[in-house]
Amino acid sequence: MKKDQWIMGIETSCDETAVAIIKNGREIVANVVASQIESHKRFGGVVPEIASRHHVEQITIVLEEALLQAGLPIQEVDAIAVTEGPGLVGALLIGVNAAKAIAFAHNLPLVPVHHIAGHIYANRLVTEMQFPLLALVVSGGHTELVFMKEHGYFEVIGETRDDAAGEAFDKVARTLGMPYPGGPHIDRLAHEGVPSIDLPRAWLEEGSYDFSFSGLKSAVINTVHNAEQRGEKIKPEDLAASFQESVIEVLVTKAKKAAIEYGVKQLLLAGGVAANKGLRAALSQAFSNYPEIELVVPPLSLCTDNAAMIAAAGSIMFEKGKRAELSLNANPGLEIEEYNH
Amino acid sequence: MTILAIDTSNNALGVAILENEKVLGEYITNLNKNHSIRIMPAIQTLMNDCERTPSDLTKIVVAKGPGSYTGVRIGVTIAKTLAWTLNIPLVGVSSLEVLASGVGRYFNGLVSPLFDARRGQVYTGLYQFEDGQLVIVEKDSLVMIEDWVEKLKITSTPILFVGNDVELHYNVIHQTMGSQAVFASITEKNPRPSELALLGKNKQGEDIHSFVPNYIRLAEAEAKWLEAKGIK
Ligand SMILES: [Zn+2]
Repeated sequence: MKKDQWIMGIETSCDETAVAIIKNGREIVANVVASQIESHKRFGGVVPEIASRHHVEQITIVLEEALLQAGLPIQEVDAIAVTEGPGLVGALLIGVNAAKAIAFAHNLPLVPVHHIAGHIYANRLVTEMQFPLLALVVSGGHTELVFMKEHGYFEVIGETRDDAAGEAFDKVARTLGMPYPGGPHIDRLAHEGVPSIDLPRAWLEEGSYDFSFSGLKSAVINTVHNAEQRGEKIKPEDLAASFQESVIEVLVTKAKKAAIEYGVKQLLLAGGVAANKGLRAALSQAFSNYPEIELVVPPLSLCTDNAAMIAAAGSIMFEKGKRAELSLNANPGLEIEEYNH
Repeated sequence: MTILAIDTSNNALGVAILENEKVLGEYITNLNKNHSIRIMPAIQTLMNDCERTPSDLTKIVVAKGPGSYTGVRIGVTIAKTLAWTLNIPLVGVSSLEVLASGVGRYFNGLVSPLFDARRGQVYTGLYQFEDGQLVIVEKDSLVMIEDWVEKLKITSTPILFVGNDVELHYNVIHQTMGSQAVFASITEKNPRPSELALLGKNKQGEDIHSFVPNYIRLAEAEAKWLEAKGIK
């Protein structure tokens, strides 16, 4: 009988200090996330120095809680998987150095994980991945279509040329006077409004799977300003609905087109913006006529940053023999294609 | 009793193993190179050379700042995690105290260890040996070097300046204090990790979970936020 595989994941790339332990790549036995969001709300966004300080305050507490939840001694763990990048350098450094210390203390293998690979592998905690597949990654820092022909192989077929979708959500929310983080507020407002305001969609050149959201963001800001100058009041609900519809239409249309062109078996949704209800609904609608493509959408708790996803990606990379030395550094600009194994 | 001491709080990177009454080994560089890449391999090499394994360790001592925010966090994170996972005590020691301790032991006067903090500021404190024990005369703080030397001048006591950054402020110190200011030789300017281990040797272990660096300064955004709220 094959021995069970236990992987500890550590994630500190932004404003969540997270540690998880998963069994055989797919079963969560511990998943602890210490969010700093309340602290950063004061500043209207994540302040890197403050994020780094909070990670140091939280790291051993979160590690201990994860081991308690799992009821597993650290010696039983097969490998320590940690987010190497991308992310905030000072924040990443806490996870990387904690991971190295544990790996050294117990002579355990260290597996570096790309943060976006982690978001994609969150889906493996929901259902087994079927290749080839396409992942739509939408978060505060990323908007990408990633094609995978097999485990551990990532090909970016489209990405944003300016703002990430999540960034556009936050900026539009700020324009509408809503607190940080704005994404959930827009999503909620959008459901109360009607998409009655005409906003642009950036399709870019024929056949491109790239995205662009800066034009849309400016259009929203201009719409608000122009209305103010005319002394008119725009219903924030309608503006949110119109904005959200524009973002979702582009994301869903491109994802669907790519999924068909690449003949994929699955479309995986990944990243913090995957929590958006409008996006989830539009995707299931769009793929309802394509029973040969399975749409996989992780639960909300696995869409936002967490360490279970890092452990899930780490599990596969561990099996594939990916290892880091104790000289592993944080890599804030790590490209997913550099990470291919 | 086998102590591992770690210092990445400033430019010098240091690791030492102190066992009972003996410094088994010490690694130190004074290079502007990435601490995050180099510290764990340095610890591993020293432990291997000394033929000690992590399970042999009975205490971790770490330089807790002041210094580079990122640098001190690297050392503190490693120290906290090692102490926690090996279930052994963790002790933090002022990075300035480490500097003062090495050279100050045989100096009859006060010791001002310092690290440059840019824009004419330094992190410093005032230390003195009394009956072989290092005593804090003035606690670590962030001061303008001009204000600091004026204050020290009034003591009319010989002051020993130590640290690699002293030379950046040599002119100000020398002009204000003249022969009252004494300067450590280049071989004494690096904080010695074996001194760090020794300083932590008899200190009580601290709560590991709540252990944080001594940054001295609030994060800039935090300070501005408090100011805006009218909290000083
Ligand atoms: Zn993320």
